[in-house]
Amino acid sequence: MISAIIVMAAIGLVLGMVLGWAELKFKVTGNPLADKINDILPQTQCGQCGFPGCRPYAEAMAKGEADINRCPPGGEAGIQRLADLLGVEVKPFGAGVAPKPKSVAIIDENTCIGCTLCIQACPVDAIVGASKQLHVVVADLCTGCELCVTPCPVDCIHMEVVHETVNNWKWRYPVVPIHPERAAP
Amino acid sequence: MNGKVYPIPGGLHPAEHKAESNARTILVAPLAERYIVPLRQHLGQAARVLVQAGDTVLKGQIIGTPDGHISAAVHAPTSGRVLAVEPRPVAHPSGLPDLCVVIEADGADTAVEMHPIDWRNLAPGELAKPLAAMGLAGQGGAVFPSHVKLAPGGTAIETLILNGAECEPWITCDDRLMRERATAIMQGAEIMRHTLGAKRILVGIEDNKPQAAEAMRGACAQLKLAARVTVVPTRYPSGGAKQLTQLLTGLETPSGKISTDIGIQVFNVATAYALYRAVELGEPMLSRVVSVTGHVAEPHNIEARLGTPIVDLIRLAGGDLAGVTGHIIGGPMMGFDLDDTAAPLVKSVNCVIARNPALFPRHPPAMPCTRCGQCALACPASLQPFELYWHAKAKNLDKARAYKLFDCIECGCCSHVCPSHIPLVDYYRFAKSEIVAADRAKQAAEGARQRHEFQLLRQEREKQEKAARLGKKASERLEAGAVAADDPEAARKKAILDAAIARAKQAKETVQAKNTETLTPEQQRQIDAIEARRQAASPATEHEA
Ligand code: SF4
Ligand code: SF4
Ligand code: SF4
Ligand code: SF4
Repeated sequence: MISAIIVMAAIGLVLGMVLGWAELKFKVTGNPLADKINDILPQTQCGQCGFPGCRPYAEAMAKGEADINRCPPGGEAGIQRLADLLGVEVKPFGAGVAPKPKSVAIIDENTCIGCTLCIQACPVDAIVGASKQLHVVVADLCTGCELCVTPCPVDCIHMEVVHETVNNWKWRYPVVPIHPERAAP
Repeated sequence: MNGKVYPIPGGLHPAEHKAESNARTILVAPLAERYIVPLRQHLGQAARVLVQAGDTVLKGQIIGTPDGHISAAVHAPTSGRVLAVEPRPVAHPSGLPDLCVVIEADGADTAVEMHPIDWRNLAPGELAKPLAAMGLAGQGGAVFPSHVKLAPGGTAIETLILNGAECEPWITCDDRLMRERATAIMQGAEIMRHTLGAKRILVGIEDNKPQAAEAMRGACAQLKLAARVTVVPTRYPSGGAKQLTQLLTGLETPSGKISTDIGIQVFNVATAYALYRAVELGEPMLSRVVSVTGHVAEPHNIEARLGTPIVDLIRLAGGDLAGVTGHIIGGPMMGFDLDDTAAPLVKSVNCVIARNPALFPRHPPAMPCTRCGQCALACPASLQPFELYWHAKAKNLDKARAYKLFDCIECGCCSHVCPSHIPLVDYYRFAKSEIVAADRAKQAAEGARQRHEFQLLRQEREKQEKAARLGKKASERLEAGAVAADDPEAARKKAILDAAIARAKQAKETVQAKNTETLTPEQQRQIDAIEARRQAASPATEHEA
C-alpha cells in the first residue's frame, strides 16, 4: 500500500517535471492565430484593408475586430481560406472593393530623377537605386501594391498588368461538358 | 541473349502505326532559308540572348547562354544574319509566342571551330562543365539539360539505362536512329557511363523494333562494351523512365522520387547520339531526327536543324494530304495540338502528326464517372485516377496532391480506357499547374513578408539610433552650456547652430536611402543596360551629372 503510494507519487513528480520543462521549452511566443491568418494573406502590404500592412490586419482579425472580406489582393480564394480557418461564413467583397489582375510597377527610365521617394514607399524593398541614380523595380519582387505610384514627384511610375507568357501559363480547367445530356434544352 | 524482363503494373497496347514511317531511311533536310530559334527549348530557365538584329552569326555559335544551373545553351543552326530577336509562335500547348532569334541563312553554312572533348582524360563528373556550352537536352520529350543529369551528385549511379523503347504510337525516330547509327549511340552511351561512374549499361527496346535491337547488339559487340540490350514487350508506356527502370531492373522508384535517387540514370538513345557528336566531334546540339507522319504523302524521319519551321518539315514529307484538320506535336497519347505550323523544330519535338478525322476521330462527349475502376487497372503509376479526377474536378487541390497527383506521368492510359470518355489527363494537368502556381505565389508571399518585416526592423533600429544620437548631442550641449555660462549670448548662438547642424544631418540621413548593395548580377546588368539607354536618350543630362 505504502509502496504503491510512493510509486504513484514518484510517477506524478516525474511527469510534472516533464510537463514543466516542456512548458518552458516549447513556450508559445507571439500570437499563433494571427500567424496562421498572416500565412493566408498575400503579403502585398498594400494597405487596402485599412491596416498598415498584412500583419496588423491579421492581428485585428485574430482579435475579432476586423471582417474577413477586406483584402482585395487575396481574392475570393483568400476569403474562402480565411473563412475555413476561422470557422465563419464566406462573404463577398463589399461595394467598391474588388480584386484586380496582378500588376507590377514600371519606372520610366528617362524621367526618373533618383529622388528615392519610391524606395521609401515600397514596403517590400522591391525598388533598387540610390540618391540621384536611376531607380529600377525588380519585377520578381514587386507585389503590385501601387504604394510607390503617388509619392513620385515626376509621375514616372505606372502599373502594368502581368501578361501570360509561356513561363507562367497554366493549363485551363477542362471545358468539355461533363453532362451533355443535361446541357441540351 | 536477352536480359531478364520484370513485370510492371498497368499499361495498354494501342494501335502502333509505326509502319507508316519506319521503312524509309532518315532524310537529311536541305538548308532552309530562315531559322527561328527559340531561347527556351529545355526544361528550366530560358537561355539569355547574346545577339541582336543585324549581327552575323556562324553555325554552332552560341546565341543564348545558359541562365542559371538548370538551363542549356542555344546555338545558331547555320551561318547568316540575325533578322530579329522577338516573340514568335512556338510549339507549346499554350499557343503563346516566345522569344526567338530569327536567322536568315547565307547559304555558306560556315561553322565556328569545333573542338572534340578529350573525355577519356577527364575524371568522372568533369565532363559536365564543357558540356554545359553544348546545349544538350534530353530528346525523349522532357528536355532536361543533359549536363545537369550527367553530374547528379547525391546517390552514386550504378546503372545507366539507355531508353530505346519508343512506346508511343506513330513515333519511329529512335527506331531509325538505332538502325542507322547504333555505333555512334553506343559510343555516346560509353561516354555517359564513364562520366557517371556507372558500372553497366542496360538498353531497353520494345519487341516491335527487331532490326534496331539487332543493330544495337552489333554495336555493343563491336565496341566490346559492358552493355546489355534487352528486348521488352510492346506495351505503352514502357518508355517512361520509371517504367523502363522497373522493366529492366525490377526496382521500383518510390513515390515522389526519380530514378536517379535509386542509383539509376535514364537517357534517351537520341541524347546519347547527340552527346557522341558533342564530345567526339565538338559539335553542339544543332539538329535532331523527327518523325513526320500521319496524313502526309510520304511519312518520313527527317534530320533537320533546330529552328527549321515545321511547315518545311511537312513539305519534306510530301506535304499534307487533303482533309488534314491539324497537327499533333509528340505522340497521340501525350502530345498536344499545334496552333501554327510556322513554329520551329525544337529539342523536344520528336514527332509531328498530321491529323484527319479518320485517323483521329473526335472524342465522344464525356459522361459521368461510374467508378468502374478500369482507369486504375491501366494506370502504370498504380494511382487511383478516378479519385484524382474527382478531386481535380472539384478543385480540391490539397486532396489531389495527397492522392499522389505528382506521381502521375500524364501517360494518358486512364483517359484512353475510360468508358465514359472523360478527358482525365486534362484535369490532372490543370490541377498540377494550379498547384505549382499556388506554390510559387506562396513562396513569393513569404519573401515579401520577410522583406517587409526586415524593413520594419530596420526602420525601428534607425529610429532608436537617431534618438540615441540626439540624446548625446543634448547632453554635450548642456556641458558646453555649463562651461560658457558666463556668456549667455554666445551659448544661445551655439545652441541654435547645433540644432541647425543636427537638423541638416538628420535630413541628409533620411534622403540617403540606398538600396544598391545587394544587387544580383542580373539586376546589375539590367541597370547598366538602362543607364546606357538613358545616356543615349538624353545627352543633355551629361553635364548635369
Ligand atoms: S489588403 Fe493589402 S495590406 Fe491588407 S492584407 Fe491584403 S495585401 Fe495585405
Ligand atoms: S515597387 Fe511599387 S508597386 Fe511594387 S511592391 Fe514596391 S511600392 Fe508596391
Ligand atoms: S475509367 Fe472512367 S468511368 Fe471508370 S472509374 Fe475511371 S474515370 Fe470513372
Ligand atoms: S495519366 Fe496519370 S493517372 Fe492516368 S494512367 Fe497515366 S499515370 Fe495513371
